[in-house]
Amino acid sequence: MSTISFDSSLDPILSRRAAIQKIAASSIARRKVYSKVAISVCLLCLVVALIPLVAIITYVAAKGIPAWNADFFTQVTKPEGIPNGGVWNAIVGSLIIDGIAVAASVPFGILGGLFLAESDGPAAAAVRFSADILTGVPSITIGIFGYIVWVKTVGSYSGFAGAFAIAIIMLPVIMRAAETAIRGVPVTLREAGLSLGARRSTVARRVVLPAALPGLLTGVLLAVARGAGETAPLLFTIFGNQFFQANPTKAMEALPQAIYTYSSQPYNDLIQIAWGAALLLMVVILVLNVGSRLMAARLRRERR
Amino acid sequence: MTEPLTTPAHIAQSIGLTTEEVFVGHHAGAAKAMRLENVTVTFGGRAAVRGVTFDAYQREVTALIGPSGSGKTTLLRALNRMHDTVRSAAVTGTVMLGDTDVYGRSTDPTLLRSRVGMVFQRPNPFPTMSIYENAVAGLRFNGVRKKSLLDEAAESSLVAAALWDSVRDRLKVHASTLSGGEQQRLCIARALAVEPEVLLMDEPTSALDPIATKRIEELIGELKDRVTIIIVTHNMQQAMRVSDRCAFLLMGEDRTGELIEFNSTSKLFSEPDDPRTLDYINGRFG
Amino acid sequence: MSISGSPSPGTARRTWRLAVPDRTYRILLGVAGGIFAALLIAFVVAMATQAVPAFSKLGVSFLWGSNWDPAHNHFGVLPFAVGTIETTVIAVALAVPIGLGTALALAYLAPRRLRAPLSTAVELLAAVPSVVYGLWGLVAVAPLFRTTVEPQLTSVLGWTGLLGGPNQGVGLLLAGVILFIMVLPTMVAISRDVLAAVPHDQVEGAMALGATRWQVLRKVIVPGARVGLLGAFTLATGRALGETVAVALVIGNSAHLAPSLKANAGTIPSLIVSSFGEASGTQLNVLFAAALVLLVVGIGVNALARVFVRSVKRSGAASVTVA
Repeated sequence: MSTISFDSSLDPILSRRAAIQKIAASSIARRKVYSKVAISVCLLCLVVALIPLVAIITYVAAKGIPAWNADFFTQVTKPEGIPNGGVWNAIVGSLIIDGIAVAASVPFGILGGLFLAESDGPAAAAVRFSADILTGVPSITIGIFGYIVWVKTVGSYSGFAGAFAIAIIMLPVIMRAAETAIRGVPVTLREAGLSLGARRSTVARRVVLPAALPGLLTGVLLAVARGAGETAPLLFTIFGNQFFQANPTKAMEALPQAIYTYSSQPYNDLIQIAWGAALLLMVVILVLNVGSRLMAARLRRERR
Repeated sequence: MTEPLTTPAHIAQSIGLTTEEVFVGHHAGAAKAMRLENVTVTFGGRAAVRGVTFDAYQREVTALIGPSGSGKTTLLRALNRMHDTVRSAAVTGTVMLGDTDVYGRSTDPTLLRSRVGMVFQRPNPFPTMSIYENAVAGLRFNGVRKKSLLDEAAESSLVAAALWDSVRDRLKVHASTLSGGEQQRLCIARALAVEPEVLLMDEPTSALDPIATKRIEELIGELKDRVTIIIVTHNMQQAMRVSDRCAFLLMGEDRTGELIEFNSTSKLFSEPDDPRTLDYINGRFG
Repeated sequence: MSISGSPSPGTARRTWRLAVPDRTYRILLGVAGGIFAALLIAFVVAMATQAVPAFSKLGVSFLWGSNWDPAHNHFGVLPFAVGTIETTVIAVALAVPIGLGTALALAYLAPRRLRAPLSTAVELLAAVPSVVYGLWGLVAVAPLFRTTVEPQLTSVLGWTGLLGGPNQGVGLLLAGVILFIMVLPTMVAISRDVLAAVPHDQVEGAMALGATRWQVLRKVIVPGARVGLLGAFTLATGRALGETVAVALVIGNSAHLAPSLKANAGTIPSLIVSSFGEASGTQLNVLFAAALVLLVVGIGVNALARVFVRSVKRSGAASVTVA
């Protein structure tokens, strides 16, 4: 019961107030229950979203760890039925291909990032837009592009073709991360360099890039995590090679591609190797990913 | 001041009171809409405002004034339990809305807020809703579905907010097409549509231009018969223009706000009881 | 300190004698950026040139032909286009509600201290390589589908006519579910960001009117974020359309229109990847043409999604103009 003052011109207001209060009071219990139920459903969705992560990590670990033995890491892949196979050729191949891809995409990515950070015109907008689109394009098309540009023109599958395709995947990631990192460098630093009479390229090289280094590193780690896990681009460019091959002008073997090839085979010892390789790949990529996040978080903390 | 004419029995009965009880509050200023007793608000153990005691009378405008940092807004937000969502916040003391203990165990904060409305410093109409939908948003939240009641309340509150004439033909357009002053009046209408007993206003004109400010100040004068208004303002002249009573808060050396003086506006600004009030009025500190 | 390039103690060992003049610097950067855009153009052009022979030999009708039989020169890719759409629909139909619920939980409902770590955990789902998803789907999840999920679903929903045929585990349904798991992190991460970006004063405004927590979420926050949510949805759809390896491993690889959700099927990416090795001549050109379609659709969907998400970021927190 509340104290309500009375005035004739307020008649309809008072009656409306009473009516509203009545409805509000009688519905509050139902509204609160509904709210609690809906919120619980959302939290349930969160749990559902986390289940696959736990499931996949534990399953791959359970299946993959038994495959990790000395042979696994040192032997090359052997055809079905022959024991003591390993993925040494795939490991080396991945390292070489991803290494070349990084070496190619990092300089371009940094230059592109500098370009984006230092200009604001329509050209920059177009480049930025292209970068964003390129990150979302199906990776199989990138693989086919690599096939057309490299394999078809050169005439054979090769590690370089694979590196080319992986580099295209890494490039936009590095470029955007570089842009963000470079924009994060305080303008005052750059102005200080310029005011001392240095050329812009010197300022970029000596002042801006070193200052942006942590952010750049984070971006590179993220790009490697992204590129090293891609399979489709490799299937069209490196072809795979059951023998050890460290020459990137020839067809090579790489981890994701090896996993794919052996997953489709019905032989148990090959599937076993596939699990071992899957665990290896997954662990490396998760470590790279978590590593880049930790670095980004430390960066954010230091900025404050 | 208006004279009560008759006491229609059906009105009294529908709100569950006797005609005598309804009659009691006809004299403006006699009944108290909200009573505060020794109210203290702390955040993480540190008090932002302490020991505040005053009464807000019905059909009056009570202003909370004082320099920035004195805890006026913190105190205001304690009155409709807006601090409930802040983990580190704690409110002690007594806040009474009529016979209801605002912080009582049996009081539901969501339901409470249908009786104590709030208008904020920056206009915040819901941008995805039309003018009409904004006006009736509060009613819908509280479970009102009948179209006739919604329409009636929307029109009444938009009229009261001096917005009806300019928007009656475009009720379906988005609220973001209105100017700043109109948006704030829409927010006032939105708060009024729920027919609260008390309306809290947190510096409602500080984000507006002088003309819009003036319109809203006029509005406040018209609205106080309908709802009791408690307004926070850092503008002394505004307090003088719109309020009947003032509560002057000041931050002490321990950075905690305290109520220095509570008086009728005319008295507080001409012959304040406390020397600190006099200093504030004379602009000795901002 | 000397600027022009000679080293001072403690800096890089190399000596840069040449400081590039400013104009060269700008041109260099412009070229780097331009190479980028040129790459994208070259991309489309290269694909198109390889695809053209298919169109010149077969016209355009093979895009909706329903018979894929390369041995007899039938190159209808419709079954695969339909399969692509079907798997994407399943994935997105699951990802939108569950992703939205998860995003709401991460933005507003979960205990505050857990929000960041849990968000990271969901995002890590995106870090798992797609080939690992495929292997896991094939070996771990497919048997589960075959023995438990499919029989249960058939008994409950069999009346819809969508669940005929034997329970084999692999097939359209499994591919759709694996795709759902793969696009979920995209949906959640973007949705969570746009939901959390809804200005707090609107939340307070709704609270002050007497709204319950859910009413605030449903009537103010979700509508307020709807453009960004649309962007998240579009991006997730784009991911689902283009996913190759995981789908290829679990979809059963059939060249026919799937008669039921439990049947084998094929998608355009899985078609390309499974038949590329042995294809030649016209078939190869058709595969390129299919890849071109995939590329164009991928670019279009992504561009659309970025437009949505960017318009949210540009308006920032100020979604209400105060004159």
